[in-house]
Amino acid sequence: MNSQGDWNTCPLPLGINGETLLLAHGEGARATRRLIRELLVQPLSNEFLAPLDDAAVLPDPGRPIVLSTDSYVVSPLFFPGGDIGRLAVHGTINDLAVCGAEPLYLSMAIIAEEGLAIDTLRRVVESVRDAARDCGVWIVTGDTKVVPRGAADGVFLNTTGLGRLRPGVRLGAERVQPGDRILVSGTIGDHGLAILAARERFDLGEALVSDTAPLHRLVARLLDSGADVKFLRDPTRGGVSAACHELSEATGHAIRLDESSTPVSEAVRGACELLGLDPFYVANEGKLLAVVAEPDVDRALEALRSEAIGRNAAAIGQVIADPGPLVLVRGQLGFDRILDEPTGAPLPRIC
Amino acid sequence: MKFVDEYRDPELAHRLLGELARVATRPWSIMEVCGGQTHTLLRHGIDQLVKPLVKLVHGPGCPVCVTPLELIDKALAIAQRPEVIFTSFGDMLRVPGSGDDLLRVRARGGDVRIVYSPLDAVTIAAENPARQVVFFAVGFETTAPATALAVAEAARRRLTNFSMLVSHVLVPPAIEAILASPTNRIQGFLAAGHVCTVVGFEDYFRLAERYRVPIVVTGFEPVDLLEGILMVVRQLETGRCDVENQYARSVKREGNTRAQAIVHEVYEVCDRPWRGIGILPRSGLRLRSAYHAYDAERRFAVESIRPIEPAECRSGEVLQGLIAPDECPEFGRRCTPDRPLGAPMVSSEGACAAYYRYGRAQAAKPVGLVPT
Repeated sequence: MNSQGDWNTCPLPLGINGETLLLAHGEGARATRRLIRELLVQPLSNEFLAPLDDAAVLPDPGRPIVLSTDSYVVSPLFFPGGDIGRLAVHGTINDLAVCGAEPLYLSMAIIAEEGLAIDTLRRVVESVRDAARDCGVWIVTGDTKVVPRGAADGVFLNTTGLGRLRPGVRLGAERVQPGDRILVSGTIGDHGLAILAARERFDLGEALVSDTAPLHRLVARLLDSGADVKFLRDPTRGGVSAACHELSEATGHAIRLDESSTPVSEAVRGACELLGLDPFYVANEGKLLAVVAEPDVDRALEALRSEAIGRNAAAIGQVIADPGPLVLVRGQLGFDRILDEPTGAPLPRIC
Repeated sequence: MKFVDEYRDPELAHRLLGELARVATRPWSIMEVCGGQTHTLLRHGIDQLVKPLVKLVHGPGCPVCVTPLELIDKALAIAQRPEVIFTSFGDMLRVPGSGDDLLRVRARGGDVRIVYSPLDAVTIAAENPARQVVFFAVGFETTAPATALAVAEAARRRLTNFSMLVSHVLVPPAIEAILASPTNRIQGFLAAGHVCTVVGFEDYFRLAERYRVPIVVTGFEPVDLLEGILMVVRQLETGRCDVENQYARSVKREGNTRAQAIVHEVYEVCDRPWRGIGILPRSGLRLRSAYHAYDAERRFAVESIRPIEPAECRSGEVLQGLIAPDECPEFGRRCTPDRPLGAPMVSSEGACAAYYRYGRAQAAKPVGLVPT
């Protein structure tokens, strides 16, 4: 991989500051070239991106290639703990990581709304640059479109990630058996509540912060620990509930989560109580859900806790044979309830 | 979390359950009035833990559920207007009107926004002088002070672009309607602690005496509910019918007099239709004539909208405790949280949604999982 010193870390040139994005910026004319050069190529520059061809030519990674794509349409663009740029880098890297891949390259497509302050776009690109650098991946190709006002909400990003499969990885729902344990790498619900509070302007204090973070190093630590890891997911939309439903359906087994063992920050618990939401349904952007063979739980937890973003890792549940595909939660009083599949985004209640 | 965890203490909960088993000599039917209580009972499985000593019957205390279809349709008509910013508590957005809901109106371009406090809607009005900002004021005595305050605040700031679609309802008339019904089978009540925090519990003494029924003002955490149930059962077993206050850490007999004053200043008591139940006399609040300028029904001339309730939804019977949600033939089949026939399947406080979500009817195949 290229050394990180190749990145251009200087602030962006000021030539197009203070301007507003126009349709002309996306129509392939001079304005487009200038926008791409000043806003994208300079900050993101690297040996693969530099030639500005229609496609990037990349070296053979030597192992099976893993490819993943995701689009990012978050509102607001900037929120406590992150922004759409970091999310677009972390989200796609995390999709690669939970498939057992080392992320190498990203493509980035920008769909921007006419009238957006170019400064805002610049901040987003800087954020993409910083996040990619921190993750050790390169943005190697991209695209920019400007759409009429109202046809997008500020900026939409799409990133496609390319990685190589780690040697010896055997992950898949088919390996999951009754008795296996469910681990989570930290507190749940942080991202979803931070976004909800920021978007709806709920004043719930400053402790609600998105957990957006790259998971590939955490996954590497876990896989290298020697623990028998069978299945990995990043529980994003629909939260831990959606990820467990997916697993339960794929395996045909039930999953029982333990409410008291599940880490939830005081801020998220408080906000959930207030808004009538259940943290199991709330989105995460920097959490790993892992299914591990029962005897290896301690080893896996130790590996997760050795990384800063995994310090609150906990075993929160178990795969059970009966009663078929179903997700249960053992509540604080020791009684099981069914965790239904999420239906749409959680809505705050009245009182 | 402080003030929460101590009321979810499993040891204490099991002690109360043991005490209940010791005290109860026969099965009793007790209604929890408030949807928030229904939610806690099902979430923690308390309805199952107290069986067969106590049969919990779910009451009409879900504000989303009892808001009449007519008001939902009026909300939809107003929210569609291009000049309107329609603001609402979150869980009203999915409630089906005659053929639509607020989420769909938003998808078609309506400016529908979730607010957490009615005062946020007033702020939005102040920030958008060229738009009409409407707040959907629903709920029981608990939310009425906040919505009253919003109107008073809009008046103080002389905002001419703020109005409210009001559908407030009152708990005691609903309890009385249930008790007065010849089909009533409820032997004791858990009154809603939050409602009583605002209005106190003076009104309940007359009900307890007239209908010979114990009423215990009860909180919302598992330990609160178990203690409330135990207090009702103790009364039933000894033949008493008093009003008692389990939720003394929040509720005073006279309630919150400042909150009552602002409600009285802005609203007056009126007859009000309850979804699925019908018109209950003196069971709602409407804006006093001094505040008619803030009445969205008048401002947008939607008073003539009069829809007809779909026949297949039996939410009226559910809300009166006459049938359990899973006794409705459409439960989990044609009616699910994804495609609700009636409001109780929508709100997190709705009895049908709580049954569905927590997989009640835990028979061989949970009804909540029947594919639709």
